[in-house]
Amino acid sequence: MSKQLNVALIGNPNTGKTSVFNALTGLNQKVGNYPGITVDKKQGICKLSRGVKAHILDLPGTYSLNASSLDENVVIELLLNKNDKDYPDVAIIVSDVENLKRNLLLFTQIKDLKIPTILVINMSDLMIRKGITLDIKLLEEKFHTKIALVSTRKNSGITELKQLIESYKTISTESCLDTTSIDEDYFESLQKAFPNQDVYKLWLVITQDANFGKITRQELDVSKFKTKSNQELKRLQQKEAIKRYQFINAILKEGQTIDRSKATGLRSKLDRLLIHKVWGYVIFFLILLTIFQAIYDWATFPMDLIDTTFASLAGWVKDTFHGGGMVTDLVAEGIVSGIGGIVIFIPQIAFLFLFISILEESGYMSRVVFLMDRVMRRFGLSGKSLVPLISGTACAIPAVMATRNIENWKERLITILVVPFTTCSARLPVYLIIIALVIPEGSIIGLSYQALTLMALYLLGFGMAIFSAYILDRILKTKHKTFFVVEMPNYKLPLLKNVLITVIEKTKTFVFEAGKIILAISIILWVLASYGPGDKFNNAESYIETTTHQTSYERNDQIAAFKLEHSYIGIIGKTIEPLIKPLGYDWKVGIGLVASFAAREVFVGTLATIYSVGSASEGENIDTIKTKMANETYADGTKVFTLASGISLLLFYAFAMQCMSTLAIVKRETKSWKWPILQLIGMTAIAYICALIAFQFLK
Amino acid sequence: MRLTIADLKKGEKGVITDSSSEDIPLKLLEMGCLPGNEVRLLQLAPFADPMYLNVNDSFLAIRKETASLIVIEKIDE
Repeated sequence: MSKQLNVALIGNPNTGKTSVFNALTGLNQKVGNYPGITVDKKQGICKLSRGVKAHILDLPGTYSLNASSLDENVVIELLLNKNDKDYPDVAIIVSDVENLKRNLLLFTQIKDLKIPTILVINMSDLMIRKGITLDIKLLEEKFHTKIALVSTRKNSGITELKQLIESYKTISTESCLDTTSIDEDYFESLQKAFPNQDVYKLWLVITQDANFGKITRQELDVSKFKTKSNQELKRLQQKEAIKRYQFINAILKEGQTIDRSKATGLRSKLDRLLIHKVWGYVIFFLILLTIFQAIYDWATFPMDLIDTTFASLAGWVKDTFHGGGMVTDLVAEGIVSGIGGIVIFIPQIAFLFLFISILEESGYMSRVVFLMDRVMRRFGLSGKSLVPLISGTACAIPAVMATRNIENWKERLITILVVPFTTCSARLPVYLIIIALVIPEGSIIGLSYQALTLMALYLLGFGMAIFSAYILDRILKTKHKTFFVVEMPNYKLPLLKNVLITVIEKTKTFVFEAGKIILAISIILWVLASYGPGDKFNNAESYIETTTHQTSYERNDQIAAFKLEHSYIGIIGKTIEPLIKPLGYDWKVGIGLVASFAAREVFVGTLATIYSVGSASEGENIDTIKTKMANETYADGTKVFTLASGISLLLFYAFAMQCMSTLAIVKRETKSWKWPILQLIGMTAIAYICALIAFQFLK
Repeated sequence: MRLTIADLKKGEKGVITDSSSEDIPLKLLEMGCLPGNEVRLLQLAPFADPMYLNVNDSFLAIRKETASLIVIEKIDE
């Protein structure tokens, strides 16, 4: 019979915890969500001997059990809830060899919860080079634990670790610190009030409530026990930290020696360059350029490939299941092109996360945060807002999720609110076609007007994000104090395996999380465009006169266009026409706008259908759509797409909140509808006003 | 005069004497900003903020306003 044991991997950020997780589970892992919050829940299976399987849960990195962010809160909530199905039989604390002292703080806290705990000392291959020697036997004895020296880089120690996991029952559960010694009167009265409970657990619940107020799955109700003010509680927490360090330092004095002359100085050499007042910024700028180049240039090839593949797939479905009627159409036009619309973003998302994970793994990202914090703070943001803002150029969804490590709620909220202004990849196809349509060719000092316009739009998006952050910073009043602590980790060469796993996981999350919504919207749109009330829709053929010099293709196109006009979505477009007329758009553009509220990238496809380019519109030659749009006129013969209406449309797309998936993510991350609604109304209002002004001036 | 981490110059060292201000985040204390520990200022970002420190074997960056809450005594080397 096979049985399963629960293992929790716990550790500080930057200790290589994820590497240990990857080494234990290989690709045998999956990422899910904790219920109600969007903290990634990484779990995997590790095969031990004799058919025993260990269920490994990789908990978010944390410096202590006192949570200061949503991610960290997950750890404490799990460890305080013995009834949780993931409650560990054994905990593994991953420490890196250079920061043993600080990592041991968390270790002693976990030990005090009476959970059998294994200490992994990672990056042990660096010990000789850093001049560190450890008396493992002594440390094991004094800390009442088992220690595994692991090097994920050299792939050593993993077998030993697996053996330790298997024999977890032999590990002592003796605690490290007597909680009562922090303040005898207080803790004795606490114990008296809850005689059957562990005093350290009680203490954690009390302080978590005071700090964070978010413990939801607790078994204990300590709300009645209030004998200390928050200020006094914090003083006790500080005392606790001091006591823990006293305990740790006393043991390390015997068990650890560090020959500091052996320190190699790689850190200070690289730091001197990478956070230099001038060179630091130059290097960062060059790295950004490379990332943009990758996202917009290198990704084009796979994207074109995906585009044509899905277009021909849709065509194939239509041809093969010809006569299938509604189902065939739904599959070909709704589902296949819907999925195609998701898959097409994979190359860009993958490239973005490739770079982000390399920058994070190498330790460089913290340097960027350090360099940029002061500048960003002027706008109510944090140095940590930079990563989300850069991610936003691919997609706002991962960008909003990337704000989680900003501890200060106000700075985090502002970042979430302004991130959708950055030019995400979904805006790109819209920009490209409108620019091609209204911006003249030709160039100035070797730079084409069209390329300059595109660049201006990117700068505009970023500028608007910064500007609105500045405004929000003035308006929003929160009680939260500024709070900024960034660890500056050692530089290290990123492990290819870790980078690839991150890229795969993030891409998968995007495809499935955002993909679900995009797919659903595509199907709804298809239905709205394929059905309509009344005779004009259902008997379109009889309304279109046959002219002699018309091919059957042209006639079919005409019928399709007529049907669309009288479909449900056509009716919506007509209804909003008075509203968008001052911006220079007709009802057909209106349909595109409405459809774009699902996801911007459907704009081009929708217009393609509206301007009756042909039935297999998606992936069609863009020139045909462009030509049709260029020739589109109002009844009085004036052109629909002029410089004025084009610029107005570009501005509208630059600023409007047209992405339901982002709104859904913002709701999840802020736990309230208030912020996404504010975003929707605020951004769309800005977009409307800017587009209105632009059109009226340029007209 | 009361000296704090914010008064350190690049490369200078001090020993923490008081970090009990209520506005110091607990996380910072747990990373080792506690009385008795040595702190060295490694580097400053432009406008001298944030500050890059080495304390308790940890390397971290904090903002100047937080640094000005942690009282130290300077150590001359």
